[in-house]
Amino acid sequence: MLYSLAVFLPLIGAAVAGLFGRLIGDRASQYVTCGALIASAAISTLILYEVALGGEPRTVVLFSWITSGTFDVVWSLRFDQLTAVMVFVVSVVSACVHVYSIGYMHHDPSIPRFMAYLSLFTFFMLALVTADNLLQLFFGWEGVGLCSYFLIGFWYDRPAANAAAIKAFIVNRIGDFGFALGIMGVFLVFGSIEFSTIFSAAPEKADATIAFLGYEAHALTVLCILLFIGAMGKSAQLGLHTWLPDAMEGPTPVSALIHAATMVTAGVFLVARMSPLFEHSPAALTVVVVIGAATAFFAATIGLCQNDIKRVIAYSTCSQLGYMFFACGVSAYSAGIFHLMTHAFFKALLFLGAGSVIHAMSSEQDMRKMGGLYSLIPLTYGLMWVGSLALAGIPIFAGFYSKDVIIESAFGAHTLAGDFAFWAGIAAAFMTAFYSWRLLIMTFHGAPRADERTMAHVHESPKSMTVPLIVLAIGAVFSGMLGYHYFVGDGLKDFWGDSILVLPGHDALENAHHSPLWVIALPVVVAVAGIALAYWFYMLRPSIPGEVAGRFGAIYRFLLNKWYFDELYDRIFVRPAHRIGRGLWKEGDGTLIDGLGPDGLSAVARVLARRVSMLQSGYVYHYAFAMLIGVAAFVTWYLYAHG
Amino acid sequence: MTDWPILSLVIFLPTIGALFVFLVRGDARIVARNARMTALWTSLITFVLSLGIWIDFDTSTAAFQFVERADWIPILGASYHLGVDGISMLFVILSTFLTPLCVLASWEAIQTRVKEYMIAFLLLETFMVGMFCALDFVLFYIFFEGVLIPMFLIIGVWGGANRVYAAFKFFLYTLTGSVLMLVAIMVIYFDAETTDIVELLRLGFDPDLQIWLWLAFFASFAVKVPMWPVHTWLPDAHVEAPTAGSVILAGILLKMGAYGFLRFSLPMLPVASDFFAPLIFTLSVIAIVYTSLVALAQEDMKKLIAYSSVAHMGFVTIGIFTVRTQGVEGAIVQMLSHGVISAALFLCVGVVYDRLHSREISRYGGLVHRMPVYAAVFMVFMLGSVGLPGTSGFVGEFLVLVGAFQVNTWLALLATTGIVLGAAYMLYLYRRVIFGELTKEDLKTMTDLSRREIAIFAPLVAATLWMGVWPEPFLDVMHASVANLIENYEVALRAADAVTVAGR
Repeated sequence: MLYSLAVFLPLIGAAVAGLFGRLIGDRASQYVTCGALIASAAISTLILYEVALGGEPRTVVLFSWITSGTFDVVWSLRFDQLTAVMVFVVSVVSACVHVYSIGYMHHDPSIPRFMAYLSLFTFFMLALVTADNLLQLFFGWEGVGLCSYFLIGFWYDRPAANAAAIKAFIVNRIGDFGFALGIMGVFLVFGSIEFSTIFSAAPEKADATIAFLGYEAHALTVLCILLFIGAMGKSAQLGLHTWLPDAMEGPTPVSALIHAATMVTAGVFLVARMSPLFEHSPAALTVVVVIGAATAFFAATIGLCQNDIKRVIAYSTCSQLGYMFFACGVSAYSAGIFHLMTHAFFKALLFLGAGSVIHAMSSEQDMRKMGGLYSLIPLTYGLMWVGSLALAGIPIFAGFYSKDVIIESAFGAHTLAGDFAFWAGIAAAFMTAFYSWRLLIMTFHGAPRADERTMAHVHESPKSMTVPLIVLAIGAVFSGMLGYHYFVGDGLKDFWGDSILVLPGHDALENAHHSPLWVIALPVVVAVAGIALAYWFYMLRPSIPGEVAGRFGAIYRFLLNKWYFDELYDRIFVRPAHRIGRGLWKEGDGTLIDGLGPDGLSAVARVLARRVSMLQSGYVYHYAFAMLIGVAAFVTWYLYAHG
Repeated sequence: MTDWPILSLVIFLPTIGALFVFLVRGDARIVARNARMTALWTSLITFVLSLGIWIDFDTSTAAFQFVERADWIPILGASYHLGVDGISMLFVILSTFLTPLCVLASWEAIQTRVKEYMIAFLLLETFMVGMFCALDFVLFYIFFEGVLIPMFLIIGVWGGANRVYAAFKFFLYTLTGSVLMLVAIMVIYFDAETTDIVELLRLGFDPDLQIWLWLAFFASFAVKVPMWPVHTWLPDAHVEAPTAGSVILAGILLKMGAYGFLRFSLPMLPVASDFFAPLIFTLSVIAIVYTSLVALAQEDMKKLIAYSSVAHMGFVTIGIFTVRTQGVEGAIVQMLSHGVISAALFLCVGVVYDRLHSREISRYGGLVHRMPVYAAVFMVFMLGSVGLPGTSGFVGEFLVLVGAFQVNTWLALLATTGIVLGAAYMLYLYRRVIFGELTKEDLKTMTDLSRREIAIFAPLVAATLWMGVWPEPFLDVMHASVANLIENYEVALRAADAVTVAGR
């Protein structure tokens, strides 16, 4: 009962703020939603303690949802170790973001609506991670997508925000297309979509095949790849990533909560949750590794050249999600989830820190117009440093523990895909460090590039914003150190219990602990090198970046324009869809169907009628003649027929 | 309560109401007011009464319930035979549920010939409910065709500028199909010497004859659904029809075709249904993809929703002809859900049409500033139409797809593209109408939903969410009947196979 409260409190908060927000006012809406979330976070801490550390998974059954023949779905909440970790991360980060929003949004005219959306999002996210079957997971999955749509388009006057919101929803829907087919396939293969049933039946189905699109294919590979397409959409992996940078049109707390810490990690959660299926499909795991590694590398390259402070962090998120995926792909699911947790803290910190900068700079987001802020907002500056150190994976900070174990696992997989992921991960780590310090230096150091009025107005953020930042910073520093033993270290088996399955022989994570020294050292070395390079480029010789961009103009433009994905998609999908739609409407419906159908018929009828009406000339002898011929014909026929 | 002829009451109560409206005389204004009040109360009482059917409905049996029978035209063997089972019962409720909302929606929008308008609607209700209850072919045909007459008048008399063309197109299409169905019914009568549906469900037809009968029925039902390529009457009819006309058109009339497939084609003509299922699948998939793309290009709100209806009904026809439990039940849920959601979407268009007298999408923009409640309501139905989990649209669509996946993965794959395209055109519509800055002068005086309008939308919102979160009460009703339908279908197919094998 208490456990379900953790899930439903945010829904109650959202309902109160959403339906009665105008009645009870801004302040009350904030208190209600924040109160609900803090209570939920407290309960989730208890859940983490009891379920994960105490090793007592349990399930709360609510009521029946859909029954149709053998298709039987029940609303129920599953609290196992994996869920407990996710519930903890989601509700704690969400509580921080809720409190932060009080300060950040205080100028906004529609505060209750914003708080309601945030709480509603949290409810759907909790529903997602506590799902006991695939359909309920899908419910949460679509729900968070919906709230993301609401929140990206929160400022609905801005055309860019509306476009970004629709783009996010539709690109996610393309992923959901695969996910939905995956669920149908799971039902066809297993006769159920309830987790415990499919997981226990998975070994029997390891060699099963299904007829898919005319081919007889390995069943679990097909299912896993379909589900992974869903994960790619939600987690912005290569190909379906285009919505995430645009999603930065939303208010910054939204970017921190949804597009960094929680929703975008749902794909990783899905893969970890479905580990009993993925484990039986080496092909699907290889796909996950390759896509994850490619995304980690690709997004980092784009991050190098962006000028919008939030977009840099957005591409960084995309890249870090790639790490989580390839960790899952080499069967180091727990390492992926470990990074998910540490990343939630430090990336939310970075985003909210960026929000604090934007707040101070009167809504300026372009780093080329910042600079020289470190002495004016020292607390934000310090916290951004903490976040960046964690992101770059510098020892003792959280990212160091989780990212290193992922890179080492990729090496420890001893497969071709694993090696690819290892080197992609190393390259991305170097770029990550570089763009993080590029961001720090461009924002906080050098001569101020903003106008004087803005600079005069620069101020440190209020307590409601800095306190959540400090909470997240504590997580960004200590969560790696404290979690290492349980998540990926010796305590791993006790901690995860049965919630994650790793088949014997898939021992990349075990091998990671016995990596050669150079493998262990390399990520840190490249990170330090990346920082040094950024320092040299932007601090010591600020003329270099321009020269480099000039010399490698083609590459620079290619990266600045994000590998031209948006242009490509616009040309091959968006515009043709509109054009074809118009063509089918005017030509298909108008000319062809109506032309041959009702309009054609009526035209023919009109012509015939005109001809026939010409017979009615009004002259008696015409009629008499016609009658005569008629009678003659009739008589002839009669004689022939009966003669 | 079971002793009452409750079905007859529900069918003919609106007719009695219509009679009262007809008899009202006097000053035009008072007549109009009385007509509205009478129509509202009649339809409300009918609705409450019809709930009795649901309450007393026995979900454990597939047999027809609340059966009434009386001799009617002995020379034809036709009788006045009524009854409902798990397939038809909920459509009766849907019809009685939507009618009072239609009356309310026309409260201010209709100012001319109010009396005649209300009579037309009440008669329409009689025909609709009668059609879903009829268990005799002659009776069924009369109700089935009867529906066309008031609808034709509603479009032709109270419609928009181009109403005559639309009414003519509507009538031409539907009548062509109906004539063929009449021929089929006559053939059935000469072959089986009865027009009693319950008896006919027990008899089997010769497989060769089944093919012809199936095609004749198909001609009629496909137009009503409407399936591609005989759908072009729908956008025109919707655009020209008054709001309430569109509501009934989308909510009930489109369901008549699909209901026909379920009631007659599948159980009476199983061999032919099995033979033609690929045709249905092909046409449905084309409908989903084609009309979704067309919807993307629309400039008229009503036309857009009309095209989306064709796409949604494509799911229904797929579901029915999968002949899997999930497919058929999904199809029925999808019909109910579409009945509620598309009706509500047309009402949403009606709300702004009443204020600005334009359906042109580009005339709007930024309505959320002046009409936040309206924006929220519209959002709920938009999401229902998109098939978001938690709304009724999802349950139906997803069950259909689960059924389709078992039959053919290509079918499921292509049909699922509908959920991507559906999101595209609905979100695009919503953005253009509701979001953005409020720049147009005449929009700045728009008022938010009135109490009357809220009263119309509240039950629709409730129904959408209820069927999305807890559809069990609805599914429960249909389990026994659908199971029975599928079992008989499979038995008949096996028997036909055995005959073919023996004949070799």
